[in-house]
Amino acid sequence: MLDLRLYMAQRLSALVMAPLVLGHIAVMIYAIQGGLSTAEILGRTQGSLLWFLFYGTFVVAVSIHAAIGLRVIAHEWLRLRGAALWMLTWGICAALLALGFSAVFAVTLP
Amino acid sequence: MSTDHDMLDVTVQRGSADHVHHDRFQVPARDNQTVLDVVTWIQQMADPSLSYRYACRVGMCGSCAMMVNGVPRWTCRTHVKKVTVNGKLSLAPLRNLPVIKDLAADMDPFFDKWVAAEARHHPTRGRLEEFDPIKPDARDRVEANLGIECINCGICYAACDTVAGNPDYLGPAALQRAWTLLNDSRDGDRPGILSAVSGKGGCHNCHSMGSCAQYCPNGLNPMRAIAGLKRETVKAALRGKRDA
Amino acid sequence: MKPPPRSHPLWFAFVLHRLSGLALALFLPAHFWLLSQAITAPARLDGFLAFAENPLVKIAEFGLVFLLAVHMFGGLRLMALEFLPWSDRQKTLAAAAVGVALFLSGTFFLRAI
Repeated sequence: MLDLRLYMAQRLSALVMAPLVLGHIAVMIYAIQGGLSTAEILGRTQGSLLWFLFYGTFVVAVSIHAAIGLRVIAHEWLRLRGAALWMLTWGICAALLALGFSAVFAVTLP
Repeated sequence: MSTDHDMLDVTVQRGSADHVHHDRFQVPARDNQTVLDVVTWIQQMADPSLSYRYACRVGMCGSCAMMVNGVPRWTCRTHVKKVTVNGKLSLAPLRNLPVIKDLAADMDPFFDKWVAAEARHHPTRGRLEEFDPIKPDARDRVEANLGIECINCGICYAACDTVAGNPDYLGPAALQRAWTLLNDSRDGDRPGILSAVSGKGGCHNCHSMGSCAQYCPNGLNPMRAIAGLKRETVKAALRGKRDA
Repeated sequence: MKPPPRSHPLWFAFVLHRLSGLALALFLPAHFWLLSQAITAPARLDGFLAFAENPLVKIAEFGLVFLLAVHMFGGLRLMALEFLPWSDRQKTLAAAAVGVALFLSGTFFLRAI
């Protein structure tokens, strides 16, 4: 169910995300004071290549990581297997990529 | 049924897969008494049709393991006093395995996975050749020594929730044996072992919840062995990519 | 509450890791969708951000930050277990992951209110 390749994808995406999560938490702690607004978020991120790369990488890594993680849960707790399990894995990965990039584009495109 | 202070209230799972029911027995409590003593008392004094399995009675053969109050234990070395809750004892066959009858679990899947993990010796020398010297303090031997006292009792396999959720998973015992062989300089099929533990039921399914180490009656740590397998399979894969 | 049979500290760490991962994965689509409205429907995003000033939502956000932090630090412990030389202090490390996660999410909460 989890072979060597899925395992390595899971651990590699986790390793990529570790510093990104720390950065994300730091930004949240910094930005939450005094409340959030759309203008404030866009003021920080719009037109910034750095934030695009930061959140773009984050979205790719989290899509892979969450798809494999939910795959394991679907197999162990819902007994899903075979083609259905693969469709679920790739479906989750694709959906998170699409949703994630629409968010990243919305807040970083100039 | 009322429970006298000098009596144990024992619930035993009976029957096999399609016909499971539970029988209750009142068993005299003794100062020194193992769970296996209790089962034997029931079989000899109350119900001779009770099926269970044991051989050595001294914690060496690994045949008497069962679920005691929901926890897998070697019954021959488990004192009743340490595991009863309010004088109650609940006994069931080992978890994660088919039931033959009553308290006797079918160990076939457990040992089939042992073979599937290539957890068997692959000889490198014939009988006419010299012995292979083994240095007791060599690093790989020290690592192998941590796992070789396994008695195949199946307690780790019954404790593991990953086995429960994923029937293909080879389980802690088989993977730990594969790890001891991987660290044995006399074993001749390192690539075979690494590939056998990398399949869809392989070591990478382990979630390191550590129930194997928690409940192993011999104090072994299959979780550590499986972590070693994960590390070595990843190393071999990265090396393979570089060489290609 | 009586703990289930076969429960022990590292088993609880596993359950926490699994449930936090599951919760985060289910939260992500909503998070992404809301942010994607920043340009097309900024009023909707602002409306939600105003709603997020509600103390109950702040507590939910604290929970999310805790889940994120504990999933990351718990995951780092697992990768250290797998790829670094063995350490017998797994229970301590698992507790430390929860502690650091509580500290970070607590800091977030105190800044948020």
